[in-house]
Amino acid sequence: MENNTAAASPQGEFRRPSQAKEIWRRFKKSKGALIGLVLLVLYSQATTQDFANMLGTPSSEHFFGCDGFGRDIFARVIYGGRTSISIALIATVTSCLFGSMLGSIAGFFGGKVDTVIMRSLDIFMSVPDILFTMAVVYALGPNFVNLVIALTLAYFTNYVRLVRAQVLTLSEADYVEASRAGGAGSMRIILTHIIPNSVGVIIVNTTLNVAKIILYESTLSYLGLGMPPPAPEWGAMLSEAREFLRNSPHMMIFPAAAIVLTACAINLVGDGLRDALDPQLKS
Amino acid sequence: MYRYILKRIAFLIPTILGVTLIIYAVMNITPGDPGRAVLGPGTPQADIDAYNESVGYNDPFLVKYKNYVKKMVIDHDFGISYVTKQDVFKEIWPRYKVTLALSFMGVFLAALIGIPMGIKSAVNQYSLWDTIPSLAAFFLAAFPAFLLGLILLYIFCLWLNLLPSYWTGSFTGLIMPALAISIPPAAQNFRFTKSSMLEAIRQDYVRTARAKGVPERTVIWKHVLKNALLPVVTQVGLSLGSLICGAVVAEKIFSVAGIGSLIVDRITFKDEPIIIAGTILISICFTLVMLLVDIIYAFIDPRIRAKYTRTRG
Repeated sequence: MENNTAAASPQGEFRRPSQAKEIWRRFKKSKGALIGLVLLVLYSQATTQDFANMLGTPSSEHFFGCDGFGRDIFARVIYGGRTSISIALIATVTSCLFGSMLGSIAGFFGGKVDTVIMRSLDIFMSVPDILFTMAVVYALGPNFVNLVIALTLAYFTNYVRLVRAQVLTLSEADYVEASRAGGAGSMRIILTHIIPNSVGVIIVNTTLNVAKIILYESTLSYLGLGMPPPAPEWGAMLSEAREFLRNSPHMMIFPAAAIVLTACAINLVGDGLRDALDPQLKS
Repeated sequence: MYRYILKRIAFLIPTILGVTLIIYAVMNITPGDPGRAVLGPGTPQADIDAYNESVGYNDPFLVKYKNYVKKMVIDHDFGISYVTKQDVFKEIWPRYKVTLALSFMGVFLAALIGIPMGIKSAVNQYSLWDTIPSLAAFFLAAFPAFLLGLILLYIFCLWLNLLPSYWTGSFTGLIMPALAISIPPAAQNFRFTKSSMLEAIRQDYVRTARAKGVPERTVIWKHVLKNALLPVVTQVGLSLGSLICGAVVAEKIFSVAGIGSLIVDRITFKDEPIIIAGTILISICFTLVMLLVDIIYAFIDPRIRAKYTRTRG
């Protein structure tokens, strides 16, 4: 850190471009990423605005038609987005924190700790995700918190492997070697080299994971393991739509479009972030 | 080489034990006892207690687990279903075969669709062969498998009236669900093959081969493909995981009598023995496939082979 400022000061006017600005500049280059971001922002606004309207007056106009119980599909799609997206976001954050912690412990300490963590992880990963989440949701009962717990348990394994691999490669990097030779302790190496250098990869994976968890959560709620029935959820709406598929396919189209658009938008943002944060990854 | 295989096989036993332990522990959290579930609500409490005592419900957890595994391994005894009062294994086994057939058809289709398209698009990068499948793969990555199932059901059963919307028990009836569940992993396989191919194409030995004047076709087949397809093997094996996920829902949508639809149906009735046994059996199958992938990998990857032959002596 001190070295950088020291090198810059003799030139006077030289300023390092801020990291955030640089990333944003690269992110902007990709049109797809921008479209995804705009979609997500619009989406979150529509969510809050319509939620307010829904509590107000029930209007007679139904943008997306009504479902089997005469409920407005537009409102349900919008409101369902709140549940799905918040579950996905929270589960992503918790699985990322939990997984990164285990992964960095395994990678940094190595040896027996590493073996124990990775072997138990192998066992954990031998249960197919869907069955495991189903069992957890069944055992704990379907509600918001338990869904988050189940999805966290299904997804944290990715982060353990990812972070462990990052820590292992980074701790052999030349600059870490150099700083160790310069007398830096483990804590300093972790704080100044390993964390800043793995944040990019973790953020990108986290973004892409949100999309996966949304798809996953919709699958669970399609199977009747999501939030309890009166709560609107995209997956649950589709499973209701299956009964009326022959005569009213519109019941399927709108929740389906909501799932696909949201996942697409998140993937676009994730791809854009990947190119912006880690130019080496771009092929 | 054989040491590697033996080592992997030896690790199979703790894995399967661990898997059953996890599932058994999770299911053990649920409230409710077998006596009440099997004997029905009207039974006197004394009878229920006696039944619970006879099946060892009141034993400590590890003892229960040990007995469960012992019965499972020795007599294929997974207990009695709370709903049908039948032997769980007899009920599950025929459905297990259906689920396996469906999943493996899915793996096969996903590899058949994804890999050749990935190769083609990497060889003709930036052409229409590349952009159209890439866009499609990106778009399809946003579809959950059950949604594709619903769409196929709508198109082929209700719109075109080509296929029955209910499974009649025949093999051909599995084609549509297999297609539905194979599309998301096919998109994954495509992306993976493509990036692996592109990486191999940029290697120095490819440039050398081209510089020597080797025909492009030979370069692709002999130098690029051989190296690029190694990681793809693992990817195809791993895709079985997402295929099982798809199979569970596809069975529900297309009313296929497999293990997935059985588990989902019985969750409503809290039929624990079925849920535990089904989950364990599918996990064991998944573990075996992963083992198989590792062994195949050891055979085709000269680096692993070399590592183990050298350290032997």
